[in-house]
Amino acid sequence: MDLLKSVEAEQLRKDIPDFRPGDTVRVHVKVVEGNRERIQVFEGTVIKRRGSGLNETFTVRRISYGVGVERCFLIHTPRVQKIEVMRKGLVRRAKLYYLRKLSGKAARIKERAR
Amino acid sequence: MNKTILGTKVGMTQIFDEAGQAIPVTVIEAGPCIVIQKKTTENDGYNAIQLGFGVVDEKKLNKPQKGHFDKSQLKTLRHLKEFRVEDTASYEQGQEIKVDVFATGEWVDVVGTSKGKGFAGGIKRHGMHRGPMKHGSKYHRGSGSLGAKGPARVFRGRKLPGRMGGERVTVQKLLVVKVDSERNLLLVRGAVPGPKKSLVTIKSSVKA
Repeated sequence: MDLLKSVEAEQLRKDIPDFRPGDTVRVHVKVVEGNRERIQVFEGTVIKRRGSGLNETFTVRRISYGVGVERCFLIHTPRVQKIEVMRKGLVRRAKLYYLRKLSGKAARIKERAR
Repeated sequence: MNKTILGTKVGMTQIFDEAGQAIPVTVIEAGPCIVIQKKTTENDGYNAIQLGFGVVDEKKLNKPQKGHFDKSQLKTLRHLKEFRVEDTASYEQGQEIKVDVFATGEWVDVVGTSKGKGFAGGIKRHGMHRGPMKHGSKYHRGSGSLGAKGPARVFRGRKLPGRMGGERVTVQKLLVVKVDSERNLLLVRGAVPGPKKSLVTIKSSVKA
């Protein structure tokens, strides 16, 4: 098992900031268009983190033109250039699926004191 | 040349390629294998090499096994396997075969023993269909008809429940994603038969 972890360890990123469900983040994603590569920013609320090690993922939810959009990223993927934590949220559960049913004022999350 | 090496399955994980794509890989701890014996046409009627893998305490071997290793004056090894080769001239007794015989981007076949499933029903073992579970149906997961009434017997080869798994399985044409000669690791794209720690044989692919 340790051997497997050592294989994964080479791929793990150390520049990942500490963030939790409820936090608002800006994810800088590399997007390939034809043969051109550019950075796209996806900003929203983290509604879950799951998995461990190299397989860990997180889901970011935002409302875009009135439509809820959720994107799931592998935390350690080289495709994510940078994760910025904009705001820390105070929430009482690990998976914020309840946000899907809420909109507007009800979908606000209290800020966590630093 | 036909390249062969023995190893143990470590487990599965994923790694990222240059494009950032996650590739599912099986990690195999392969080699170093030692050529224990050479078999030649003059002596044995065919050409083959016998490979040994996994150092083991001498106490764990029985007398005939010990005698075999004494003859070759080599380290005592847990697993012995014979592989046919065209010509044994390129091999020497005591020669070490390491994981670096394979390179990244090569195709390999992996042979292993599949996980034993015990006595399995027709649905799991042969992919048969299931009957309705509800609405008064009394036909759930059973085998159903075994054939026509006319022959008054069941034909040979009829698919029925029975022992499943625990047999030799070959997976062909797997891509070598990475070779780590320092730690004797081979990373192969996709799944490999058998549980973790099981013995697997890696060969150059016949389809490459």
